[in-house]
Amino acid sequence: MASFIERHPAWALIAIIAIAVVLWLVFAIWPPGLEAAFGRKRVFLNAVLNGITLGGLYFLVASGFTLIFGLMRNVNLAHGSLYLFGGYIGYAISSWTGSWILSFIVAFVVVALVGVILQLAVFRRMEGQDLRQTMVTIGLSIVFADLMLWVFGGDFYQIQTPSWLIGPVQLPLLTAIKSSGEPVYLQYPLVRLVIFAASVAIGIAMWLALNRTRIGMIVRAGVDDRDILAATGVRIQLVFVLVFALGAGLAGIAGVVGGTFQSLSPGEDTRFLLASLVVVIVGGMGSIPGAALGAVIIGLAEQLGSVYIPTYAIVVTFLIMVLVLALRPQGLLARR
Amino acid sequence: MLKGSMGLIALGSLLLSGTAFAQEKIKVGVTATLEGTYTVLGEDGMRGFQTALNVLGKKVGDKELEFVVASTDATPDSAVRAVRKLIEQDKVQILLSPLSGDEGIAVKNFAKTKPELTFVNAASGAQETTYVDPAPNFFRYNMDGAQWQVGLGKYAYETKGYRKIATVGEDYSFIYTQVFGLVLEFCGAGGQVTNRQWVPLGTKDFASVIAALPDDVDAIYLGLGGADAVNFLNQYQQAGGKAHLMGGSIMIDQTILSSKGSAKNALIGTIAASGQADTWEDPGWQKFVKAYQDSFPENKRFPSPSLLATNYYDSTMALILALRQVNGDLSNNQAKLKEALAKIEIDAPNGKIKLDSNRQAIGTNFVTEVVDDGKGALFSKVVKVIPNVNQTLGYDPAVFAKIGLPSRTVPECKKY
Repeated sequence: MASFIERHPAWALIAIIAIAVVLWLVFAIWPPGLEAAFGRKRVFLNAVLNGITLGGLYFLVASGFTLIFGLMRNVNLAHGSLYLFGGYIGYAISSWTGSWILSFIVAFVVVALVGVILQLAVFRRMEGQDLRQTMVTIGLSIVFADLMLWVFGGDFYQIQTPSWLIGPVQLPLLTAIKSSGEPVYLQYPLVRLVIFAASVAIGIAMWLALNRTRIGMIVRAGVDDRDILAATGVRIQLVFVLVFALGAGLAGIAGVVGGTFQSLSPGEDTRFLLASLVVVIVGGMGSIPGAALGAVIIGLAEQLGSVYIPTYAIVVTFLIMVLVLALRPQGLLARR
Repeated sequence: MLKGSMGLIALGSLLLSGTAFAQEKIKVGVTATLEGTYTVLGEDGMRGFQTALNVLGKKVGDKELEFVVASTDATPDSAVRAVRKLIEQDKVQILLSPLSGDEGIAVKNFAKTKPELTFVNAASGAQETTYVDPAPNFFRYNMDGAQWQVGLGKYAYETKGYRKIATVGEDYSFIYTQVFGLVLEFCGAGGQVTNRQWVPLGTKDFASVIAALPDDVDAIYLGLGGADAVNFLNQYQQAGGKAHLMGGSIMIDQTILSSKGSAKNALIGTIAASGQADTWEDPGWQKFVKAYQDSFPENKRFPSPSLLATNYYDSTMALILALRQVNGDLSNNQAKLKEALAKIEIDAPNGKIKLDSNRQAIGTNFVTEVVDDGKGALFSKVVKVIPNVNQTLGYDPAVFAKIGLPSRTVPECKKY
């Protein structure tokens, strides 16, 4: 941190001012002039929180994608199908047993198993052949999409939010002061906060597992140079299978999350594949912190865009991607 | 993109008739949105189409109708691609297409490049399609989005006492047309529309849109459809939303009222207007509902046909009846068929339909209110039936032309 300030004093100053402005926007009562120019504070705060919580969902999908890419250099374009499949499994379990928590566990396990099969039956056979892997996974994603359309139809499925999570909570953030002097606090959907907290927890757990455990060390070594790692006697194929299972399982969990606060239907698979591609390109292929940063940036861009420039909201995410590709093609937090 | 012809397999194999051998065939191309946000709408449209074939049969004189189905995703380019493929590869002679608003405008323009063929609109409802520079070989037997809103503005103002409303709608031609119809009537009655929010088709996360809804209005009008509508309602419920709602024609529709989960319950009591009402007593309508229900097993259909099923049914019915009138004669660039289509009056399940000089339907509209049938299923109940709704909504054509074409900001909220 200190060295960054020494090396780039101008950028550091800009960053500090930007952070101060954002903090002021979040915590201060907006003067009437600002509200007139920029809309109500409630709308702004909601958009920011929505962007961050949506980023949590994107992170869950993209982290698995980036983990698999980072270690195995597999571009798994069927990742979106794993997301949607996880969501459908979660729906089936939650409507069958009524348990929301159980649906996460089952979706994780089942989709992780699908991941294991994919790794053993597909990727292992064409290791190092990027183009073949890409084409085969595109083909698989089409087949999966049709199979799911066949079984589940085109209907929209929503996973029932447990009753203790329905409805808004009051956050200790002031949005306005009524003329009577009574403060108005922000109301925010509880389920989104819980899901965001869960994705942060998963992110931290992944970071710890990668940086503080033996298996994490092996994975990191594999990311750097898998041939040398294999030569040292590590059973690299087993590591590959485990990582693939974890990445796929995370997509499955994300499917349950997406099915809870959005909905599941055909087409969601490609949407989330595209979202995770954008997130990973912005954040840096293969980097977990990069996926987290990319996810929050894309989430915020989508939500703030949909409120302040609705007409161009779709373009904003892709503009960010273009800018990143132009200025820092390896991604914001890529290591190499 | 990734899935060029998804969904095609499911319905295509079902519908391709492989029977007749020596018999002469008339090839008809059908498109529906079997991918993307409007998948459910496309699927139920195809059920309406299938119901029409079950009721009317596929024979025209001594010829047999053969259908080729292609899938679109509600974008204009997907519709033109599908139609072009049907014409060039499958050599269809007649098109039953498309489903969605923007697709309709694109297909109408494309129809002009194939003046020898006949295009029967399946369900699309943008005003521009038949109002601006119509194609002489494009026939639309459903009303447009503005016609489908007739009666709602007055009912909201006079009976419900709403004075100020805000709208949220998908950002494309059909919803522009719906809001056009609503605003014209509601503001004409004296109401105010304070805010019009537009969201891209296919929006999943509505949380910020919901947060930006104004508090100081009597009701919020929702012009959403398909997955967008379900997502909106789900997140509206999570945000604890309590406002009175009003709905557009594909919002208050079985495609949404039959969705899984509890979010749809926010719609109970919502007023809406559409080209049909689920609980209409009319024997013709009841017969159609029965035919629809008998055509599919209970878990493969909605409890009652959606607006899309009805539109596909009506369009198919008009086409088959007109073909029978001319005994399947497609000679001389299908001149006889086109003449018959322009003149035909059909006794559709949702009221009598005839075409105006732009080949646009004049039909019956329904103001409805959502009710719970006591067993957890939601239906739209008839409040008012308005016959003979034309495209200029009863305005003098010269006055109507001055209002301008439906867009994000047109019409202004005033009395024209």
